[in-house]
Amino acid sequence: MDHPMSQIDPDQLKVILATDCGSTTTKAILIQYVDGEYRQTHRGEAPTTVEKPFANVTAGVLNSVSEIGELAGRRLVDDDGHIISPATETEGCDIYISTSSAGGGLQMMVAGVIAEMTAASAKRAALGAGSIVMDVIAANDGRRPHDQIQRIRDLRPDMILISGGTDGGTTDKVVQIAELIAPAKPQPRFGSSYEMPIIYAGNKEARDAVSNVFNEDGFDLQIVDNLRPVLERENLGPARDKIHDIFLEHVMAQAPGYEQLMEWTGAPIMPTPGAVGDILQTVARLQGINVVGVDIGGATTDVFSVFDDTFNRTVSANLGMSYSISNVCAEATMANVLRWVPFDMDERELRNHVKNKMIRPTTIPQTREALMFEQAVAREALRLAYKQHKEFATTLKGVQQQRTVGDTFSQETGGMTIVDNMKLDLLVASGGVLSHAPRMHQTAMLLIDAFEPEGITMLAKDSIFMMPHLGVLASVHPQAAEQVFERDCLVYLGTCVCAKGTPKPGKTCFKYQLSGDCTESGEIAGGELKLINMGMDDHATISVTPARGIDLGNGPGKKVEGKVRGGSVGLILDGRGRPLSLPEERAACQKTVQGWLDSLDVYQEDNEDKSTEPAGA
Amino acid sequence: MAKSYTPGLLVTRHKKHRCMRRLPIAGDVRVSVGDRVSADDVVAETALPGDVNPVNLSNQMSLPPKDVVACMLKQEGEPIAKDEPLAQTKGIFGMFKTTVNSRFEGTVETVSPVTGQVIIRGAPLPVQVRAYIGGEVVSVSEHEGCEVEADIAYMQGIFGVGGETHGPIMVACDSNDQVVTPDLITADMKGAVIIGGARITVEAIKKAQSIGAAAIISGGLDDEDLKSLLGYDLGVAITGRENLGITVIVSEGFGDIAMAERTFAMLKEHDGHEASVNGATQIRAGVMRPEVIIPLSEVPASERDADSESGELAIGRTLRVIRDPWFGMIGEVSALPAEPHVLGSGSKARVLEVKFPSGEMAIVPRANVELIWE
Repeated sequence: MDHPMSQIDPDQLKVILATDCGSTTTKAILIQYVDGEYRQTHRGEAPTTVEKPFANVTAGVLNSVSEIGELAGRRLVDDDGHIISPATETEGCDIYISTSSAGGGLQMMVAGVIAEMTAASAKRAALGAGSIVMDVIAANDGRRPHDQIQRIRDLRPDMILISGGTDGGTTDKVVQIAELIAPAKPQPRFGSSYEMPIIYAGNKEARDAVSNVFNEDGFDLQIVDNLRPVLERENLGPARDKIHDIFLEHVMAQAPGYEQLMEWTGAPIMPTPGAVGDILQTVARLQGINVVGVDIGGATTDVFSVFDDTFNRTVSANLGMSYSISNVCAEATMANVLRWVPFDMDERELRNHVKNKMIRPTTIPQTREALMFEQAVAREALRLAYKQHKEFATTLKGVQQQRTVGDTFSQETGGMTIVDNMKLDLLVASGGVLSHAPRMHQTAMLLIDAFEPEGITMLAKDSIFMMPHLGVLASVHPQAAEQVFERDCLVYLGTCVCAKGTPKPGKTCFKYQLSGDCTESGEIAGGELKLINMGMDDHATISVTPARGIDLGNGPGKKVEGKVRGGSVGLILDGRGRPLSLPEERAACQKTVQGWLDSLDVYQEDNEDKSTEPAGA
Repeated sequence: MAKSYTPGLLVTRHKKHRCMRRLPIAGDVRVSVGDRVSADDVVAETALPGDVNPVNLSNQMSLPPKDVVACMLKQEGEPIAKDEPLAQTKGIFGMFKTTVNSRFEGTVETVSPVTGQVIIRGAPLPVQVRAYIGGEVVSVSEHEGCEVEADIAYMQGIFGVGGETHGPIMVACDSNDQVVTPDLITADMKGAVIIGGARITVEAIKKAQSIGAAAIISGGLDDEDLKSLLGYDLGVAITGRENLGITVIVSEGFGDIAMAERTFAMLKEHDGHEASVNGATQIRAGVMRPEVIIPLSEVPASERDADSESGELAIGRTLRVIRDPWFGMIGEVSALPAEPHVLGSGSKARVLEVKFPSGEMAIVPRANVELIWE
């Protein structure tokens, strides 16, 4: 669908209305130009209405927008149930924009010739566009052809992306992949009248042969530029754009009410995770920083990273805090979960608790012990999701390396992860267990324990899950999106300064000196965690001198100077070393973890709820 | 104060139930509106396209892909039997020919001059859809399926494994709080839907499996036992396709927990009656819970027709606490404070006050209770 985006004059946008239509909740925010800057002023939410009895997404949108209207004292919906645009002094908005993940989001299957090369590039393109990748089919994926065909038959994707071969490279292997997909006749999720969209983004010399394979009813083949024209370079843009187009024209059009919604929006509707990726890329570009973002949900965990302008996104499909909590415990092992819990718990009971949470996903922890256990599970879910992300976000594989004599002892090959915790500047958290933790200290501790940042890293959380809205806004008005991201979206928790290496317990790990809004100096011992009070608006310069073998950014033992900012938690100095290791022995482990929790005042003692003491239950 | 709705599992002595029976792809519907069907009757059938078997003749005959077409002994659309010659090279002066026999039975679907790959499609796979419940066919969608309607007693479980099955109800426990042990499972329960009380042990399930019981329903199950039954640790609650030979449903949850008294009483009333059971559980958006359906020969006059699984929280309503520290306990709502309450965890949440039969009172988050129908 054509949107008159080119006609939009960003300077004329003073009142911006944005919604994110999630699977269960539609969240609306209002952004207004106030005193020379863009600010998020009001928010509203309502249940998403794609299911019966409404079966029309616009009902939920109007409900959430009406709530904002009431809060803002601004009429946004007219008597006919339409969003009022353009804005006047007292009513309407200048532009309405939206993202969507309702109905399970965008689900794709991708295929390529070599799993580590073209198929990996295709997966990156699909994930970057905000899709869930159901499976990756490759000529060398270890499955026999009839197993691959059976898998394709079992899946019901919204679309399929086929890559393979550099331009001028293999043709027959690409066609062979197409010949597996065509007879499998994959059925789309939406009805029998829907033609399965196939995007071909492989070797341009195989286009005609691939077209011949899909030259029958039931397929809608679209051809775009090769996403891996040469081994040394990816060209994911055209494939990503085509995925977005098909998402709008085919997938969204099948969902109830979306056609109407698409008419209302001033910019194309984006898949929610794609929009989150876009805002993080915009911010990383405008501020010149490296960013990692995480969104942990009930079923899945999304990790986004931008390192040196390279964007990556992964979805860990079965790592989450309710529907998938049992899978986290199975994958991480209960022993790894329990190492974060500083008291004894009965494993049989715990296993039953975990399963009960899985089958009744909306329950919340009532006692501190239950909360601590859930946050222990969250650490493992985040750790595993980040591990998967690091394994996926790599330099391109298959690229010929030029080596010199100096490289003799560094046998680095293509496919090294580009995620470097030492280079990470900002770590952003979102998702229930992180955003709604009773104390922000818990959020900060979870992030540090799971992601193990190194050197100087800012920690923040998405205040009200506003990143999707800002992602789609970035496509219309990047500056407005960045301003709101910085001022209203992020709640800064503070900064952590973390030592890499293996410090000796009790011995000096690093010395520090702070100047600016906070002046303090001292030293951190190996294994120690320290919290320094620095408020939301406090900024300081920190000078850190590490002990021998300890790295804080300039190499082992080398002094580092950097800027730190405070936040709702403060400045955290971490002398525990990296990689983080916990004692094997259970009692020692409990004592160590309890010490860390106490240092950061993670769980306060004064919120004891007497109602949780069963009297004779 | 805004109304607050809380989910609950539906257990009712009577409801009019419609059950959609649909083919995965278009086919033939074997029944008409007004027909009476029993659980085992086939209501629709079709044939899925057969398995696809690719054969790379180019490799097998050491020929360029474009030359494969000319060597084919069977052309596109022709049937072929297993071990029947599929292609043959020209050889040298008519000698030293290489013949490739088909490893599959089916029809030659395509021969690719680009890859030298031949696709052999196997015989169509028949798919039959049965009525699942005894009742009357009330609607038919041409080529798709039908709807069967019946007056039934209905019980929704919280979790199950195994698919659709049916059989007569046989009650194994004397009370709702009796643990189901192997000695309670007897040989005469072959083909039956066994009703237990509280937790069911894996030994009891395995015994029921060995005697050929259709299903076993009880209050709770230990996760360790589930793992031992399945042979793996279940990661996400999407079940129904396990090939266990028995369907297992728990009504309350994991752990030592008794079946709700009312549920047990209702199932016991139907001892000997035919029941249809499905353990399929999907806990995702569009949640699917396991179920026990008992078609009724007579409709009770006094029971209301329940059709909803959630209701309004109100003082006096019976509920079950579904999270620690009072997991599984049943009580009555005694107060509904409007203001959020700070929990022991430090979180602020809307709560309710519950009074247990012992007289003990407790404050519980509203998210941690489910209503029980009375």
